[in-house]
Amino acid sequence: MAAPAELIRPAGDPRIPRPFRVVGVRRETRDTRTLEAVTADGHPMPFAPGQFAMLYAFGVGEIPISISGDPADPSVLTHTVRAVGAVSGALCRLRRGDVFWARGPYGSSWPLDEAAGRDVVVVAGGIGLAPLRPLVLALLAGRERYARAWLLYGARTPEELLYRRELERWRARLDLAVEVTVDTAGTGWRGSVGVVTTLIPRAEFDPDRTAAFVVGPEVMMRFTVAALRKRGVPTDRIFLSLERNMHCGVGLCGRCQAGPVFVCRDGPVFPYAAVERIFAVREI
Amino acid sequence: METLEPLLAEHGFFRGLSPEAIRLFTGCAANVRIEAGEYLFREGADADRFYAIRHGQVALEVYVPGRGAVTIQTVGPGEVLGWSWLFPPYRWHFDARVTEATRALSFDAVCIRQKCETDHSLGYELMKRLARVFTERLEAARLQILDVYGRAG
Repeated sequence: MAAPAELIRPAGDPRIPRPFRVVGVRRETRDTRTLEAVTADGHPMPFAPGQFAMLYAFGVGEIPISISGDPADPSVLTHTVRAVGAVSGALCRLRRGDVFWARGPYGSSWPLDEAAGRDVVVVAGGIGLAPLRPLVLALLAGRERYARAWLLYGARTPEELLYRRELERWRARLDLAVEVTVDTAGTGWRGSVGVVTTLIPRAEFDPDRTAAFVVGPEVMMRFTVAALRKRGVPTDRIFLSLERNMHCGVGLCGRCQAGPVFVCRDGPVFPYAAVERIFAVREI
Repeated sequence: METLEPLLAEHGFFRGLSPEAIRLFTGCAANVRIEAGEYLFREGADADRFYAIRHGQVALEVYVPGRGAVTIQTVGPGEVLGWSWLFPPYRWHFDARVTEATRALSFDAVCIRQKCETDHSLGYELMKRLARVFTERLEAARLQILDVYGRAG
């Protein structure tokens, strides 16, 4: 869990949503959109990389979504949303000028201080790149603080990759190694084919002095952690972002409780060593 | 004359082998460079070689009627490519297309099999290393089937 100093807490009553007006919608994939919004009440939402907000689609419902914008520019609230249900579907249908409601930011943040002076390995699977984008932007903004930096990203197909243009810009940099792999591709794809775990043995980093940040579906994170451990990365320097049954976002309803941990309040970012037990529980 | 022994010794697949084993395998090896777009082998052709990739990338492809060539895996530096040379009828099961200019060590399959039959310790060491590759590829293939990116975490 991140140090309290790194966290940003919502101004005012954390349970009261505020209006945000959509100023940009970007189609990422067939079912995923990135929304850029500005506050409609004069109060932007500063956040730390890894935190999330509760987004409310008027008349439909509310869901937790990681903030995927640039933490250095809190004037724009950015979320990448995949349409998988009623609320996320409604959010994906928003157009420029529409209003949604948001409260937050909530939760713990990526402990980038833990990575200072170390090699940094960021591993994303599918839409898991969205919560890691602020981390990558913060890492690049303070690039001199870290040793080698790797972004390893896996998706089903080339068509399902998020932030294509940004990935190309990052890949062109000399201070960030970007490796992208997909499960299957046609002959037009020049990158790797295989699951994201196959990139881990190929990446050049010193496991003894590495901090790893991982987001994706839990099964992907489980196998990614196994591959990182096989390389020798200690479990207290592997950080994950969980998203289990979150509902209220503030640790009141108990829907995301797993033993002593409330994922929304104590997470969503955890060192793997702190949640290893949760990963082994199949019923939650 | 330059020898390939240092290249073998520093390749991930052969790392840690005894100098004698490196020398024996080097006797079956050639250093090759293949340009992007060329094929290392084609499905159904004689599997008379295997490759230890040093630089570049090779895509394993299968032709699917109606979809064309589909890449099922890529192999890169430090990895080995091909095991159809191990078992009769010694035919490749996939196409191997070079997607980035590739430098590799190419091994004569008959030569390697003969040396492994003659020296079972050498053969056992090679099989252990290949078995590890098989299991890693099997696990990766299982994860691909599992569709691990299917639902956000």
